[in-house]
Amino acid sequence: MAVIRWFFVILLLATGMAHGGAVEVREFSNPVLEQRYQSLTASLRCPKCQNQAINDSDSPISQDMRERVYAMLQDGRSDMEIRDHMVQRFGDYVLYNPRLEGRTYLLWGLPAVLVVAGAVLVMLLIRARRNASVRALSNEERHRLEALIKQEKGQ
Amino acid sequence: MTRRLLLMLPLVGFLVLGAFLYQGLSLNPFQRESALMAREFPAFQLPTLEDPERIVDESLLEGEVTLVNVWGEWCPTCKQEMPQLLDLADRGVRLVGVDYKDTREKGGAFLAEFGNPFEVNIFDSEGVLGFDLGVYGAPETFLVDRDGIIRYHHTGYIKPEDVHDVILPEVRKWQ
Repeated sequence: MAVIRWFFVILLLATGMAHGGAVEVREFSNPVLEQRYQSLTASLRCPKCQNQAINDSDSPISQDMRERVYAMLQDGRSDMEIRDHMVQRFGDYVLYNPRLEGRTYLLWGLPAVLVVAGAVLVMLLIRARRNASVRALSNEERHRLEALIKQEKGQ
Repeated sequence: MTRRLLLMLPLVGFLVLGAFLYQGLSLNPFQRESALMAREFPAFQLPTLEDPERIVDESLLEGEVTLVNVWGEWCPTCKQEMPQLLDLADRGVRLVGVDYKDTREKGGAFLAEFGNPFEVNIFDSEGVLGFDLGVYGAPETFLVDRDGIIRYHHTGYIKPEDVHDVILPEVRKWQ
């Protein structure tokens, strides 16, 4: 038991160290601002790296971008303004969640369309199967079935 | 018959998706078009590397097709790229440098050692202009037309063959 506990302590320390490099100490006047800083830097993608958020990357451009996010937050800018500011410079690539616009309707809409299409398909299959089982009995068979049921009840 | 075709639908879907994903494997994730394409060169006000007293702005790029090259002494690929840039300057292309995140001493020494193909160098020690240009490494090169609009963007190293195959045709196109 003690061994397992130590294992988790070491694991926690190790993950803490892995993230230590990319995080500066920032002073915020209120916790809401800090929360917004955290979520913005987690949702912006580092343009230099393949798949890292800017809060997780040591590359110089990520440092610059974090600095800019911080400065713009202090300046009272909205999240939308900050995202647009980054997209204007580095392209849509920096957004982990693409914006909803003309050319991304398909991207956002397709999953919903597929779910609805799947549900319709399942409903059609169930209905088809139900109809098929009703139709499977001929008149003669139905009479026999009723006779059998009656016989069963009679006993 | 229609029923059989209907049964093929998932397979068709799978093949389309497969083809789509397969061609994604051979794409170079660093070959992304600049977000500034067909937009005005960002406004700036910075001193030159040559003369700290001289402040230049975006009007520097108007009136002539210009190749803006972002470089820095700290960037090894920029050194390899210099012969190509000198070649372009020899062929009459106007080049303006952006000395990005550098010190005056190092930037000056770099040009003294590897040659200076630039008409003038914008000294961007803090990387402010670089940020507005969406630069995330060096070297990067932007072609700006005579109205100050960005027309072409080259990410990374300009190879010797790129001079004739890519850069010069682009310059001619906008001249």
